[in-house]
Amino acid sequence: MPPLAKIILRRLALGLLTLLLVSVLVFAATQALPGDTASAILGRSATPERVKAVRERLGLDRPATSQYFTWLGGIVRGDVGDSLVAEQPISQLLGGRVVNSAALVLVAALISIPLSILIGSLSGLLRDRWFDSATSLGSLALAALPEFVIGILLIMLLATQVVHVFPAVSRVNPNEPIWSQMNMLVLPALTLVLAVAPYIVRILRASMIEVLESEYVQMARLKGMPERIVLQRHALPNAVIPAIQVIALNLAWLAGGVVVVEYLFNYPGIGSGLIDAVANRDVPVIQAIVLLIASLYVGFNLIADILTILVSPRLRTGLQ
Amino acid sequence: MSDLDLGPDGGINEPLEPRLGHDSDLTPARGKRRRREWVQLLSDALHYRRTQIGLALFLFIVALAAVGPYFAPYSPSEFVTMPFAKPSSIAAFGGDNLGRDVLTRVLYGGRSVLILSIIATAIGMVLGVSLGLFAGYARAAVDDVVMRLLDVLLAFPQIVFVLLLVSVLGPRLWLIVLTVGFSHAPRIARVARGSTLEVKERDFVKAAESLGVSRSKIAFTEILPNITSPLLVEFGLRLTYSIGLIAALSFLGFGLQPPSADWGLMINENRIGLIIQPYSIFVPVALIAILTIGVNLATDGMARAMIGIERDTGAA
Repeated sequence: MPPLAKIILRRLALGLLTLLLVSVLVFAATQALPGDTASAILGRSATPERVKAVRERLGLDRPATSQYFTWLGGIVRGDVGDSLVAEQPISQLLGGRVVNSAALVLVAALISIPLSILIGSLSGLLRDRWFDSATSLGSLALAALPEFVIGILLIMLLATQVVHVFPAVSRVNPNEPIWSQMNMLVLPALTLVLAVAPYIVRILRASMIEVLESEYVQMARLKGMPERIVLQRHALPNAVIPAIQVIALNLAWLAGGVVVVEYLFNYPGIGSGLIDAVANRDVPVIQAIVLLIASLYVGFNLIADILTILVSPRLRTGLQ
Repeated sequence: MSDLDLGPDGGINEPLEPRLGHDSDLTPARGKRRRREWVQLLSDALHYRRTQIGLALFLFIVALAAVGPYFAPYSPSEFVTMPFAKPSSIAAFGGDNLGRDVLTRVLYGGRSVLILSIIATAIGMVLGVSLGLFAGYARAAVDDVVMRLLDVLLAFPQIVFVLLLVSVLGPRLWLIVLTVGFSHAPRIARVARGSTLEVKERDFVKAAESLGVSRSKIAFTEILPNITSPLLVEFGLRLTYSIGLIAALSFLGFGLQPPSADWGLMINENRIGLIIQPYSIFVPVALIAILTIGVNLATDGMARAMIGIERDTGAA
């Protein structure tokens, strides 16, 4: 087996192992409650008979390891269990939310990646000029701000105080597909874009600067190629390559970033779903969403790793 | 954006390995030189305009949080005007959702964010540096196991990790501080480990080892003092994210609870009145923004100073 395939398989295996350990952690954190889960769920209406009934129904009287494997087995088969609050299968409950969050993340990625590449490479090109300084400071500021602050500033700017273009709250109609209600997506997506852009801009800039000083760009210029062609064909593509890992890492971050942003805009995705579940102590839903987000996070980090290996010849041959 | 550890150059050089410490022989003046490295970093950083501005902004907020309550016109739970009343002579920034004075609540509301964030970051640093130092200086097998275990923690976005534990144990402040700190630890450990791996190959470490000095003593007296620069930068970075996390948690309703005055909580409570009384939201938002930008600016200044020092000592 070629060393490249071996390396990738090894990473994949490690990723799966990590996910397994993650599932143990998620399960342990939620099921190993101090005090009794059943009483906590029933709250005021807890009588000894009801508590016993709930415990049996949830299988809480079985040993923890047996519960864990039942849960895990269910997930592998695609059955994530039922919500405690809504008494519905979780997959039904979350299906729409997953689609909505996916749409949000997709839009955010589609806007942020090209935009940041453009701004970043321009910054690198116009190094130390006003455009570069302005972008640099802007990136620093945006990177510092918490996402909900960015979101609120956007709301004030584009929905309430300054201009009234977009809705401040995403009143998404669950009966219609998300694609027909795109204006509900705009502000949350924009918030995510601004949260993620500084990092991509920064690395594109550094990458561009390095590429512009490289020998083959000098060579292309010396050959008399028009500057525009030099930039398009030589500089830009080679500047993007080292940035791929960072871009993938940012996509991974979006999996967690949706939580606060969706809550802010009341956008019906898995992020706001998680907040609701935590507030209601809906344990199975919490487990399901956290596992989902962690899987996406691990998945994207894995892709970032593999992409780095693919584009870095040194790593491909297995040498470290 | 707490999960992106890209370093001051945006991650283009992987990994960024500054020349740490400049001792290449054991001399009795070790103590003096040890102090000098991070002091040198700080004084270099202060030459940059951005560090000066960043520090000024940060100190402004600290002063506001510390001394603010003494200048507050009312008590933070006192009802002084109509809910969402516009700014007037009674209330300089108007009333909040219950008619309390926004100015007063803002003056009281900074302490929680600042103190909790600093403690959480400190916890994360102590834990992360210990783990990273240990893993970096230990045998490869031990190093591997420790880092793999930490990778499991790294699989969670920080806020998801905190929410997971909050869902189980409830929105307790001590829990928030601990979990935020814990969520920083793996990321800090990576940085500490990277620096440790480099420093442990240095002459003075090898010399101490050959003298038979115990490894833990070496770790704390030889290695640790020479990795302070990147750790200082890391602290600044983590502090920025801690502030963001803790403010967000209060915003989500899992941090400080009503009727406490806290900037994150205020932003959430007054959101519904955004159109009528924007000040009740805008002032705490602006203060959080100033705080985080200040810390990040100062951290960026330190990062640049570190690269500068690296360039100088690298040439030596």
